[in-house]
Amino acid sequence: MLKRLHYIALGLVVLLTLVILNLPSQTSARFKQGIGSLFLPLFGLASSTQQLASTAGDAVVPRRELLRLNDDLRRENQQFRLQALQAQETANENARLRQLVGWQRQTSWKLKLAKVVLREPANWWWTVQIDLGSRDGLRVNLPVVTTDGLVGRISAVSLTRSQVVLLGDPNCKVSARVENETRDTGIIGPYGTLGSEFVRLGYLSRNANLKPAQDVVTSGEGGIFPPGIPIGKIVDVQPVDNGLTTEAHVKLAANLSALEEVWVKFP
Amino acid sequence: MNWLNTAFVLGAAFLAVFGEAAFGGVRHLVGAQIDLLPPLMVYAALCTGLTTVTLLALCGGLWFDSLSANPLGITVLPLFAIGLAIHLQRDLILRDQTFARLVLGLGASAAAPVLTLLLLLSLGQAPLLGWGTLWQLIVMSVGGAVATPICFELFGWLQRTLVHHHATESSFRPDREIRRGR
Repeated sequence: MLKRLHYIALGLVVLLTLVILNLPSQTSARFKQGIGSLFLPLFGLASSTQQLASTAGDAVVPRRELLRLNDDLRRENQQFRLQALQAQETANENARLRQLVGWQRQTSWKLKLAKVVLREPANWWWTVQIDLGSRDGLRVNLPVVTTDGLVGRISAVSLTRSQVVLLGDPNCKVSARVENETRDTGIIGPYGTLGSEFVRLGYLSRNANLKPAQDVVTSGEGGIFPPGIPIGKIVDVQPVDNGLTTEAHVKLAANLSALEEVWVKFP
Repeated sequence: MNWLNTAFVLGAAFLAVFGEAAFGGVRHLVGAQIDLLPPLMVYAALCTGLTTVTLLALCGGLWFDSLSANPLGITVLPLFAIGLAIHLQRDLILRDQTFARLVLGLGASAAAPVLTLLLLLSLGQAPLLGWGTLWQLIVMSVGGAVATPICFELFGWLQRTLVHHHATESSFRPDREIRRGR
């Protein structure tokens, strides 16, 4: 039986919940940031523990192994330098041609490296939190990438941290283009609840010429993601909506389960 | 030392929420992250007062939502509903039995995400739902069921270690001792 005290507690909790849920979005976001900042001391503790573990790990790596790794990296660095020279030459040529045609000059990407500090505790969203915030110039809807491909976009920003909504989350829809002759475009959306490896490329034309292993990149439509960022490769294709449209399953280029560092792209 | 027990429960909830967000290994391994707030709520509902249950629902729910993409406050009501339901039946529950703790942990860990998802859907949100959600619910329920007796043991040990217990008075009085001589 409910006693008076139980009624009071129940009423209090229901009232508080209703008030918090009905707060204006900005006030709610500020409350969220304020409560989330309580965890700041634990961030420091967690990162110093990780550093300690990595330092301990470094200490046990044999010198021969380190020298071999150093040699490999030096060789790789030389290859990248040559490729950068070639790319620079191509970029110059592209700029000259654009000038001749009268197109707008392409600007190089401004990127900032961020560390993934937290992952989504609830199972029904796909988000991570990074260690850059509004004090680093971040704002909502900036694209987030890795060297492999697109990761997602910034969905919320606090002073020191930001939330990144990942590809595969219902709140991260991306206009994508298939790298084929017809350059078919569709919308990237969630696929399944368990894995972060695959996404669904929907709203494709029923006559789309799609084959497995074709590359999927951002189309640039929508204004958030610039064109040409790799998203992944097509795995399989099937007609949906009684054959009115086609849907493809895409294996993501970036491994979203093992994200440690990401790049935030500034306009 | 009721306040100390409340502090233990709230401290554990704070660490549990941070741990769930900081260490996603379980999610990558089995496809779902285990929520430790329902097992803590089972302990709070059976072994502490209504104030602790209310505080745990409010603080734990708000902490969880602040690190998640959930709307702030959505987790509070499901946690409190579970806590209140168990608290009202606490006299009928064999709280010292491990099996009872397991079953309560299983039920609470299954009910909390289901109620949260229902609230999310009724608010017009579109969380990731599908057949995989069933697997996630199973993992969360089993994980919560296993965590509940561990919670009881942990808090029991903390109580025995840190909380002062008054020595029980013996009925023996030396002045009333019957001395037997030869």
